[in-house]
Amino acid sequence: MTVSALKDALGLEILSLPKPDREINGAYAGDLLSWVMGRAEEDCVWATIMTNVNVIAVASLVDVACAVVCEESEIGDDVINTAAEKGVNLLRTKLPIYEFCVEISKLI
Amino acid sequence: MSEQLQFTFDVNGENFTSAGEASVATKKNLRMLGYPPDIIRRVAIAMYEGEINMVIHAGGGFATVTVYPDKIEIILKDNGPGIADVALAMKEGFSTAPENIRSLGFGAGMGLPNMKKNTDTMTIESELGVGTTITMTVNT
Repeated sequence: MTVSALKDALGLEILSLPKPDREINGAYAGDLLSWVMGRAEEDCVWATIMTNVNVIAVASLVDVACAVVCEESEIGDDVINTAAEKGVNLLRTKLPIYEFCVEISKLI
Repeated sequence: MSEQLQFTFDVNGENFTSAGEASVATKKNLRMLGYPPDIIRRVAIAMYEGEINMVIHAGGGFATVTVYPDKIEIILKDNGPGIADVALAMKEGFSTAPENIRSLGFGAGMGLPNMKKNTDTMTIESELGVGTTITMTVNT
């Protein structure tokens, strides 16, 4: 499944979507950035409520398919702009992390 | 005479939000050199953790990445307070990061363990009041 298809299926809000055709191979949920960096696998969907700019660095370094900000957590324009600059797919949902993960598991 | 390809970075200790620039630049450089994604990912993650550590604990420092025919070496050098107990610092979950850093999602006590996990060799030389030098290699 592609990031674009996931976005359509779950009605995710687009914050930055430079690579809509990236394939998703799993999901990871977490907010401690070092923990995520150590455990998340590339090409996954990363669900988090963190929205500081370091999220974009972690998403880029782990090379996740997309980062999804859950619970409609507030995010600054500078962070969104950084995601676009770094080529990171960044989406947002109203769903809490658990419910978002449940929905993903039905799709992939 | 052959010279190794080397990149050096001044890691700014003032600006926590820009931490990661050296790792992202290194990732880009290694990609241009044609290294496989897994190697690039390991180097970039180990280096990012090191960069973050230098910014949190040492007020910045210098990062040097050297590309050898069979490995990539990363040297992170700072003039910070040093690590009092290296064995303790290597334990997953141990952290001395302040609260404001934890609120950003760091300080999980995973930095040094992640660096070790993602590299083939890692040595830490640290002296209290003088600084810390970490040398890591990733075999290619």
